[in-house]
Amino acid sequence: MVERKIRVLVGKPGLDGHDRGAKIVASVLRDHGMEVIYTGLHKTPEMIAEIAVQEDVDVVGLSILSGAHMELFPRVRKALEERGLGQVLLVGGGIIPKDDMRELEREGFAKLFGPGTKTDDIANYITDEMSRRWAKEGADV
Amino acid sequence: MTPAASLAEKLLAGERSAVPRLISWAENADERFPAALARIFGRVGGAWRTGVTGPPGVGKSTLVNELARLFRERERTVGILAVDPSSPFTGGALLGDRIRMEERTLDAGVFIRSMASRGSHGGLALAAVDACDVMDAFGFDEVVVETVGVGQAEYDVVSAADTVLVVLCPGAGDSIQAMKAGLLEVADVLVVNKSDVSGADRLVTDLEEAVHIRTAGRTEWTTPVVACSAGTGKGVEGVVEAIETHRGFLAGDRKERLRAEKRILQVRRKVSERLSEAVWGSLGYLRTVETLLRNGATPYDVAARVMTTISAKLVDENPPSTDPGAGRP
Repeated sequence: MVERKIRVLVGKPGLDGHDRGAKIVASVLRDHGMEVIYTGLHKTPEMIAEIAVQEDVDVVGLSILSGAHMELFPRVRKALEERGLGQVLLVGGGIIPKDDMRELEREGFAKLFGPGTKTDDIANYITDEMSRRWAKEGADV
Repeated sequence: MTPAASLAEKLLAGERSAVPRLISWAENADERFPAALARIFGRVGGAWRTGVTGPPGVGKSTLVNELARLFRERERTVGILAVDPSSPFTGGALLGDRIRMEERTLDAGVFIRSMASRGSHGGLALAAVDACDVMDAFGFDEVVVETVGVGQAEYDVVSAADTVLVVLCPGAGDSIQAMKAGLLEVADVLVVNKSDVSGADRLVTDLEEAVHIRTAGRTEWTTPVVACSAGTGKGVEGVVEAIETHRGFLAGDRKERLRAEKRILQVRRKVSERLSEAVWGSLGYLRTVETLLRNGATPYDVAARVMTTISAKLVDENPPSTDPGAGRP
């Protein structure tokens, strides 16, 4: 039997040259048994959504430290929806004020992770959320 | 309509979103995949499949990106499958090949998919061939598969291609390394990348000599050695020309024969995989094996016992029916 793997896209939208955090999270998710596609820096929302389609990912994780999250995160969400990927588990992280986190979570982001988050917490959140979704999918079929 | 039928119909109608989903089915060994493949299989065969392999860091992804650019200039569409290893410890994988191909992301004529090797014996080769069949059936003119050439599983993947490129570069071991690693045997075209780095000319000469020693007068195809710098694009035209030449060499009967052989190999792999699953998938045989070993039997004895039991159940003098649709649910 082939075990189904969680496929995650880790994306860096916009003009933000800092990707150590994204790379650390990508490595941690890999170490939790996920298949992680890292996009590299400076991606437009459209590129991120297109990669998500081609890679058929279950999860899209965005990292941003430039302050443009309220502009770019919703645009990624919209680009995903336009391509029929409204159902992916959408998460994000970076230097994001608490109020903005709450607003993004109201706007379709499943969860935002701020500075100081334990990396394992991110991995466990994704694993739990995906097993819940897959169990539901299995029950629906 | 069943989910398999409707996804297959989408693909045949030219809906690109069906491609990634069918590839996911193939790599998860989803039970819906065989029925979907049956519906699209008639459209498989139009694409030319190029396999690209070589040691880590020689510039394979950069080369594939350049090849895709040149194919696009020739108005051909391109489907790319980039295979990276899974961790044998956690089963996870970090797939980063497409970073080198980012200029192609929004080109509607290019599709790029990353695949993790998932460490299974032969399973990777099967999923990769399935993924190529899906891209082929969708109608991509060129299908390119890239793997890090380090093990048997990766060889199996590229060897399913029509033309196999082995990429090397100066400073990553001399031609003797290439000879002992078995890379020369699998190559239809040898590419020396990073041709602007010192030592490249020497590597080209060494490889030409190695090819000559191995094949002189014994084969109809002499593996060309092509130098290029994928980073700058210099010389990559020569790689495309070498692929074209090999394609011309294989035209007609040779191609049909080669592809038929590869399909037979695919069926044999599938049967081995199923057999192995049938035997080891439940605990029965494993327990017996454990017990026999504990009682002092040698591994050879135990294997012989297992084989006797299996073949008594399986082997029948009559091969299966030759009706192509028989046995399909």
